[in-house]
Amino acid sequence: MKHATEEQLVLYYYGEQADEIQRHLESCEACRGSYQALQRVLNSVDSFPVPERGADYETRVWREVERRLPRRRALAWLAWKPLAAAAALGGLMAVAFFAGRSWRESGAKASAAADLEVRERVLMVAVGDHLERTQTVLAELANSGDPKNGALDISYEQRAAEDLVEANRLYRETAASAGDDRTANFLDELERVLLDVAHNPSQVSPGQLQDLRQEIEGRGILFKVKIFSSEVEEREAAQNAPVL
Amino acid sequence: MQSKGSMEESDSVAVARVRAGDGNAYRVLVERHSRAVFRLAYRMTGNEQDSEDVVQETFLRAYKQLHRWEARSSFSTWLYRIAANYSLDLVRRRQRHGEVAMTESAGERETDVVHALASHAPGPDRLLFSDRVQQRVAATLDGLSRQERTAFVLRHFEGQSIEEIAGALGLSGNAAKHSIFRAVQKLRRALEPLVNSQS
Repeated sequence: MKHATEEQLVLYYYGEQADEIQRHLESCEACRGSYQALQRVLNSVDSFPVPERGADYETRVWREVERRLPRRRALAWLAWKPLAAAAALGGLMAVAFFAGRSWRESGAKASAAADLEVRERVLMVAVGDHLERTQTVLAELANSGDPKNGALDISYEQRAAEDLVEANRLYRETAASAGDDRTANFLDELERVLLDVAHNPSQVSPGQLQDLRQEIEGRGILFKVKIFSSEVEEREAAQNAPVL
Repeated sequence: MQSKGSMEESDSVAVARVRAGDGNAYRVLVERHSRAVFRLAYRMTGNEQDSEDVVQETFLRAYKQLHRWEARSSFSTWLYRIAANYSLDLVRRRQRHGEVAMTESAGERETDVVHALASHAPGPDRLLFSDRVQQRVAATLDGLSRQERTAFVLRHFEGQSIEEIAGALGLSGNAAKHSIFRAVQKLRRALEPLVNSQS
């Protein structure tokens, strides 16, 4: 066997091509010397220190993560199915509407304001979940690496965006009919970006990806989603909405 | 101690429970992998606070994308991929803003050496040498490309196979291998004179 290449020695260090190189090193002093030099360097890399974490580290991480996880609600099972969630919202809004009306008709002193409040609670819970899902999809695209081999497969994001467009439309219409113009206008802007994603080919070129990123970043849509999500959370908290 | 195989199996079970709506099952995954994710993040970013951010963000992203994980692949490899990519984004953002990722830890290490010298702990020459090696390692890792650093950290520190690294980076096996070779060459050039001066 000729002398081992540096690449072979590196693989050997990491436990690959072990038998062949092992035999060679036993009989070749030059390669043994090269390998020992490589060993010294790579062993010294192990000196790179990682700060120790405390004994309760895992518990501490879980506490922080749990606090930031999307809140689990009765609607959580619909989390992966945005259109189903939107359709369910329609049902809930109708139930809320008729429940409020029959209550009033039965003689209780309820006002139209209370009726509106119930509907707004339902809408806020649903829109909060919708924005979380939208943010995930758009952030994936905005942060995706440069396309390998000239194209990037965005078929997953595209399908997700198609579902989100449909759900978004229903939420927007619901918000408009509930008189919540601010939410309706914001969802209108979001819908345009989601439509752009949904209408792209499933394999995008670097130029198309750049355009998409510009669409997302140029409109500052991720930032707006974040801000609006916080507002939704605050509105939910202010209303002290009961779990659905 | 749990074997890698049985851990992967129980990871799959935990993921299935989360998907079925058992939110507490996610705690098992977070607690099982958080320390390893921190180590990976620190080796990628060289900064303690950034690494804590990576740990948090990795588990949040993983939760939101859990439907994308396929049981035929390893959960930990998939999780490391998320952590590695986020670490790299963080490093890239810092570089874009002109910050030097290792500044804080290099400074801390310098202070450590001063303390060690003052307390007459293991030979001061040895400590100073060790500190110089650590700083050189950190600086060289900082100088690697994103791909080289990820491939090298996953291979050298995490013991991942070439195939797993290729999967994590979306590369062919050969490309992943060459990223590791290039990283090792750069480390050799930077460290060999120093290391050999002590041998």
